Formats: sequence, structure tokens, C-alpha cells
Amino acid sequence: MKVGVVVFPGSNCDLDTLRAFRLAGAEAEPLWHESPDLGGAAAVVLPGGFAYGDYLRAGVIARFSPVMRAVADFAAGGGLVLGICNGFQVLAEARLLPGALLRNRSLRFVCRQVAIVPERLDTPFTRAIGERRPLRMPVAHGEGCYYADEATLDALEAAGQVLFRYARPDGSTPEDPLDPANPNGSLRAIAGVISAAGNVAGLMPHPERAAEPILGSDDGMLLVRSLVEAAAERAAAAGPARVGGR
Amino acid sequence: MSAAPPAPLHRRLGLTDDELVAIREKLDRQPNDLELAIFSVMWSEHCSYKSSKPLLRTLPTSGAGVVAGPGENAGVVAIGDGLAVAFKIESHNHPSAVEPYQGAATGVGGILRDIFTMGARPIAVLDALRFGDPADLRTRHLVDGVVRGVGGYGNCVGVPTVGGELVFDPSYQGNPLVNVMAIGLLRAGMLTRAVAPGPGNLVVLFGSPTGRDGIGGASVLASATFAEDDPSKRPSVQVGDPFAEKLLIEASLELIGRGLLEGLQDLGAGGISCATSESADRAGTGMLIDLDAVPRREPGLAPFEVMISESQERMLATVLPDRWPAVREICERWGLPAAVIGRVTADGQIVVVGGGLAPDGRPAAGSVELARIPAAALTSEAIVHQRLAAPPARRRSAPAPGVPTGPGDRLPDRGMDPGLVLQGLLGMPNLASRRWVYEQYDWNVQAGTVAGPGRGAAVLRIEGSDRALVATTDGNQAVSAVDPYLGAALSVAEATRNVSITGARPLGVTNCLNYGDPTRPEAFWQLSEAVRGLGDACRALDLPVTGGNVSLYNESPLGQIAPTPEIGVVGLLDDLARLVGPAFAADGDAVLLVGEAAGGLAGSAYASLAGLAPEDTPPILDLAREAAVQAFVRAAIERRLVASAQDVAAGGLAVALAEAALWGGRGARLRLGVSGSPAIELFGESPSRVVLTCRPRNLAALHRLNREAGLPLAELGRTGGSRLVVELTGRGATGAAEERGSRVADAVDISLADLRHAWENGLARALGEGA
Repeated sequence: MKVGVVVFPGSNCDLDTLRAFRLAGAEAEPLWHESPDLGGAAAVVLPGGFAYGDYLRAGVIARFSPVMRAVADFAAGGGLVLGICNGFQVLAEARLLPGALLRNRSLRFVCRQVAIVPERLDTPFTRAIGERRPLRMPVAHGEGCYYADEATLDALEAAGQVLFRYARPDGSTPEDPLDPANPNGSLRAIAGVISAAGNVAGLMPHPERAAEPILGSDDGMLLVRSLVEAAAERAAAAGPARVGGR
Repeated sequence: MSAAPPAPLHRRLGLTDDELVAIREKLDRQPNDLELAIFSVMWSEHCSYKSSKPLLRTLPTSGAGVVAGPGENAGVVAIGDGLAVAFKIESHNHPSAVEPYQGAATGVGGILRDIFTMGARPIAVLDALRFGDPADLRTRHLVDGVVRGVGGYGNCVGVPTVGGELVFDPSYQGNPLVNVMAIGLLRAGMLTRAVAPGPGNLVVLFGSPTGRDGIGGASVLASATFAEDDPSKRPSVQVGDPFAEKLLIEASLELIGRGLLEGLQDLGAGGISCATSESADRAGTGMLIDLDAVPRREPGLAPFEVMISESQERMLATVLPDRWPAVREICERWGLPAAVIGRVTADGQIVVVGGGLAPDGRPAAGSVELARIPAAALTSEAIVHQRLAAPPARRRSAPAPGVPTGPGDRLPDRGMDPGLVLQGLLGMPNLASRRWVYEQYDWNVQAGTVAGPGRGAAVLRIEGSDRALVATTDGNQAVSAVDPYLGAALSVAEATRNVSITGARPLGVTNCLNYGDPTRPEAFWQLSEAVRGLGDACRALDLPVTGGNVSLYNESPLGQIAPTPEIGVVGLLDDLARLVGPAFAADGDAVLLVGEAAGGLAGSAYASLAGLAPEDTPPILDLAREAAVQAFVRAAIERRLVASAQDVAAGGLAVALAEAALWGGRGARLRLGVSGSPAIELFGESPSRVVLTCRPRNLAALHRLNREAGLPLAELGRTGGSRLVVELTGRGATGAAEERGSRVADAVDISLADLRHAWENGLARALGEGA
């Protein structure tokens, strides 16, 4: 079972992401942005960074790359896709996930340890977490303020598409977008969302940087292991012929 | 009114009449305008080190494991397991004063290129920043721009910014300092030198095309005093593109990894002129440069603009002819323009040709030779000036070790409650938490940051191992203003101490020397004293200086900056399991002070708050004591006796204790024996002191370990509670008890919540930012 990590020019968390998935026992391989296919990957991760420099707006150029056509097809066929930070921005720009990521309310880049709480434990991205509790991992972004109009937000809540929220250390949700526990002013403290079909997810925090206790937390590995388990199950169920198929 | 005739070209380019004479001697003829322009950048202070070279030759540069020292793009030290670490610090002061965002951003870009040019993957950046009054609106503009610039570049290229400094001092009002250090890791086989060997080899320029930005950046900006805040200098500031740099890193490391390059040199100050002449001179070769082949961003560039442009994100490689197709293919894949712009020659001359080269590498028929200069005349044999050094007429030197200082001043004499003084110090912009700054930097990309910014030293795990690199920058401008020799030596002592007290062994020193106009004898005296202090400290601590940078002319109409020796140190920790941090680790731990307070308060944060008394002198530094303290703490950590170790530095012992308490989230109840001045004991900044904590059961072993070292080692009390309490008691000849009976001054007794409030909000409040 192979996990593909997309490498755009300007991706800078690709090596960290590959390392975290290998730590979880997966065969993880880079997928170059000009690649027209996914090389048989059973799951695809879009890592953090500044794809193509992000000069116009985060993720807006990356969505037009050849590999993103393959990712869109893969997602449409039910394939598992995770976007982390810049990868989340790319998925939102590509309309594979709802909402938009605006500049942080502080108008400054923010890098700090935050706590997030999973709203669902039954998805391919959260199944190994086990219980609803705060997970510690870093954020590092300038454009991470989650935004959608009220009706969309209500619909997302109703459909269970809010996957993670920023949390205070005790697990409670900061209602005020200016609460220090919400690092970027995201509406309803949304840190991550999942597609209606449940196979595409994105989050701003970096699970791959919370991969070992020596780095301050290994909570991120719960997300990494979730995806590895889910992808392995799907690969086994689909049988070798259809692995990574369109 | 008649206009004065324009000054001769050489003077407009910043060359003196004497230098023009020297150029004529080197060429044995009159230089043409293009040659004069090339000389002007190469003989600028920034490129030639023409004032500082004689001083820098006195520094110790050899040591265990040094693979590359000064003269290379970065120092490289072997660390075992087939790995080596490359590191260097460099200034970008003047560009940052003119255009803070781009100045700081290109400072990061430039020092990163110095690292990956050596074949190392950059793994960390540290930025040491100095500004004037934080309440001043222009200062705020500079702070905001510089911090955004460092972050904008470092965050995008994906190199964590893990440490540094932020200091406010009135002397920087007209001339801020932006010093940036970078660290890289390389496998032994990747080590690449900035040479152009092998006549007949191709000279390849790859990366961003060349434009008009940064024309004469080094000569115009970095090598002259600011006459005024001059927006006309803005075109001299380079413009950075971190996305291009990221591609350049990946392409360069791939080219090196595949063994496709004979040499690699980045383009920084002096642009193509500097990269070609330096790499040719190092290899004892020359170069024939085809000016028309240089990829350009815009049409109409004059030959001198192409030759001296400091457009960013460019590299110059020397390539065997049959490897060029493979080199081109890799550059194309990374989307980087690449072109053969010349050939390596045997005659030692840098020859610039317009009109192209023929396929055999000789000038094409009808081409024109635009310049011909011996490579050595531009670099290794460039002009050197013997400057005059003279100390200022009135100066107070530091007392020698062991010499008693003046009568001790007492806190009550200055009318201060020590607890409130401590709170005041923690809220000062120079001592308050740096969180407002470092949260704007991505400090944990690459997933190797074990300890990030905000504490004494950063700790970076070496991938795939249990080892770590420990890095810090420190610079003491306050004492340097009084005694530049002592200030430089103290900076080395503090930086190495910060590394040693994590348990790591310092590997080497890089330095950025920020001083004034070297043609003024007093400024040159400050520089020469600093180099002497730097050398003495490094010899005493047995550390090589592996590289660095000199920034002169740091003056403005508001005056000269305080002399600022910025010291970067990298150390190696053999076992991450033994890493010790500065925070109080557990309740009930014993708190000890290694070393003892000595000397005066001049240059201290306390003095800036409470004022200087006539008897105040700078602190005393005993380098042998410093080495012994560092060795003792390392040995104690090695034996797993230490729970936390915190350096006593700015703000003195009281601030050191408060920081350890705030980081650990627990207070302490302590008693400090005072023999002289309570202010010196609590807030003096004399060096060679470390606050240790240990489990009480390890106390006996610690004392036993100290028998050989014989260092002052006082037990102060225990950690715990939510207050920091430090009682001041008399101290007899034994140093222990309360011989004089009662307390000699009011105690420090304050809640951590009060301290935290001052410390957390001090910086943002000083800068007028919402906390």
C-alpha cells in the first residue's frame, strides 16, 4: 500500500510528511507536480509549503497543475485525499473542500503549538484517535482563517463536515474568533473540514510535525495512522488490480 | 551660478585617489570605466575586508574537525557519522535600514546560499536584530518590516527560524542591525568548494535572470556611512524571491549530489564580478566571460550593470563540458534558467567579452574585449589599508580579575523595591518575552526543532539519530560601548555558555562584527579591540573561529552605533536523552548557583533602569573561570545530575531565576547570601554563572564533582509554589550563613502571575502592538 505525497515547486513540508507516513509503516513516495497520474497510490497527501510561491493567493496556482487533475479524478472516485496547511488551501481553491482560507485576522504569520479537538472519530482521517480529546500540534501559516457564509457553515455543521476545531487546553471551544486559542480567527474555530462524501479532508495544523514526543507532541501520528489504516483496508478490499485506479 | 564639474568617476564609485593609483599599478595602465566599476565593488569594504583583514588574520581558525574555515562561503565542522555542519552569520544592516522588508528578506536569502553552496541542506536560521527606541514610529516601521522580511523569506523556503536576538538601544536609531545566521547539514561527500578549476571547463550561471536591482548594493550601501535617510538609495536594495531560492536549494543540492559540478559559488555582493573572480582566484585560474550570454530580466542593461548587479537567487557553477546537458536538464526541471556564460582559462585573467564566444570557447570574430583584470587583483591581492587605531580620550577600563571594585551600592540607596525592580526589568523591551516576534517565524518546519526560539539556545535533532545541534547568537553591545575588548569576549563567553549548559559541546564560532567608520581612529580602535577580545576568548575556550562577516560604517547623522560583536555558536549534543533545558523541571528540586557575582553594573539592564552610580564598572570576565564553569556544567549533565540549567545574563540572577520559573510554571523559595551590594548580586550581569536545579538526592554528587573544579557552588533553596521569593541575607567569610544577622535588603517576593503579565506583554506594549 502506497501513500503519495504531492511535491509542488515550493512545497516545503513534503520531506516531513513522507517521514511521518514512513514512521507509521506506510510506503510513502513523492508525486511530482507534473505527474499526470498518482503512481498507484492508495491515498494522497498534499503537504504544506508555498506551492509555486503562493504569490497571488495561497493554493490558487497549484490547483491548475497536472497532478491536481489526477487528484480531482481520484477524489471523485472515492480516493482518500488529505491536505495539510498549504495542501488544505489548495483543496479549497480546487473546490474539493468547502470554504476558503483567508489571511489570519492578525494579518501576521503565526507559528505556535495549538490544541485541536476532533468532531468526528469515524472518518478515515480520525479513526485511530479513539476518543474526543485535545490533540497538540503546531500551526504555521499566514492564511489560515477558515471562512464560509453562515448558511454554508450551518450546513457543514449539520452534515458533520467540521472535522477539527481549535480548542483551549481543557478541550473547550473558543467561541470568540479573537480568543488566543484560535490562532487565526477561523469562524466557529474550524481547524479542519471533510468533504460530504467523507474521503477528502484538510486541516491547517501540521500533524507531521507532531510525530514524536521529542518534538513536543506525537498526537499528529494519530491522524497519520488513521489514514494509513484506512488506505490499507481499502487497498485490500479493492484488490491489487484496482489499487490507485481511476 | 555655475554647476560644479562632476567628481571624477572613481570617486563617484566610492574609490579614493590612492586606490585609483593602486589600480593603475595592478593593471599597468589606466582602467576603463567598466574595469573601474568592477574594482569599485570588489575593493569595497564589504567584498575586500580591506580594513579588517589584518585584524582577522590574528584569530584562531584551526580546531578539531574544521573542514572549511574563513575564506569559504561558510565554516564547516565534521561531527562524526560521516556528517558535517556548515554555519555562518552575516549582516544586512544598511539594506534593512533603507527598505526593511527586502533588506531582511535578502539577508536571509544570502546567508542560506552561503550554506547550500557548500553542499549543505539549510536546517535553521537565527536572526539577531537591533533597533533604536521602540516607541519611535520609524523604529516600529523598521521592526515590523524586518520581522516580516525574515519570516516572509524563511517561512517560504521552509527553513525554521529557531532563535536570535532583539535588542533596543538608542545608538541604533539611525542604523539598525540585521545579522542573520544559518546552519546546514551535509554528508562528507557533498562538500563543495567555491572554485573554478580546469581550464576549458564551462562557467554556468543558473537561477534568476539578472536585472537592475541591487546595482552596487555592497559598495553603495554597505561600505559608506548614511548621510541621511536617502530614498534614492532604494534601487540599490536587492529584491528577494524565496520561491526561486527554494528551487535553487533543491536544484543545487541535486547537482552536487549527482557529482555534476567542479565548483559552486553563490552570487551575493559584487554579483558576477565577485563570483567569477573569487572562484577563479581560489583555483588559480582565469575566466573568459561572455557578457551577451547572461540571462536578463530586462533589455538595455549596460555591461557594468550586468557585471555588478546583485540580483538575488543566482549561482555560478564550474562544469565539465560533457556534463552540461545533465546540468541543464536538472535546472529546467526546477524551472530555473541556466546558461553557459564563459570558460575557465589558464591565464589568471578575468576577461569580459561582448559579441559572444565561438564554439571553441574563444572570443567570436568581431567580438570586443570589454575588460581584462587579473583575478587576484580583485580578491586575494586586493588593496589592504592599515588603519589608525586610537582609544577615546576618556574611557574607563574594566578592572582586571581579582581587583576589588568600588564601594558596593545598595538597592535602598537607589530607592527600589527589588521585587518591583524585577517586574520592571521583565517588562523592559530588551528582556520581555520575544513571543510577539518568533511566532511570526515558522520555527518548526522540517520537524526537527526540539527546542525553539525564546530560550537560551535552540536544539535541532539530527535526522535519523539521537544527536542534536545546539545553536545560539549573543552580542553584548552595552559593555562593548564601555570596553570593546571586554564586550566581545563576554559575547563569546555568553554564547558558548548557552550552548554548554544544554549538555552540548561547542564546535566553533562565527561572528558578525558591526562597527563604525574604520577611517576614524576611535571606531577602528573599537574594531581592533573587539577582534583581540574575540581571539582571546576563543583561545581560552579552545574554539576555532570558522567564519564571519565584518560590517563597518554603521553610522548615521545621529551618531555611531554601540560597537556590536554578534557571536554565533553551534554545538553538538551526543545524546538527546541527556538534553537539559533552562526551565525549572519539578517541584522540590534544589536550586544552586554556580559561580559568583563580581564586578559592577555598567552595561547592565539594571543600570538602564536605575541609572549608573559613579563607582559602577563593567563586570569582570575571567576566561579560565568561564571555561571551568562550562566544563563543570557539561560534566554534571553528562552524569545525569542536572534537572535544569539556566544562564545568568541580561537582567542578572533575578531575571534568570524568574525566566526559569516562568518557563517551568513553578516558583521557588530561595535565600541569597550577599557580601557586597544587593543590586550586584541580584541584577549584576557578571559572567560565568549558571543556575542549576537538581533532584535533592543528587546534591552530594554535584558537590563531589565540584571538588576538583573548586567553583563557588551555593545552594539557594527549592523550587515550588506560585511565587518567586529571594531573601537577601548577610554572608560571612565562609560565604554561608547570616553572620550579620538579619536581612540586608528587602526580599524579592512576587507572584509568578505578576511577573508573567509584565514579561508576556512587555514587548508588544513597547511596540504599540495589541498584546
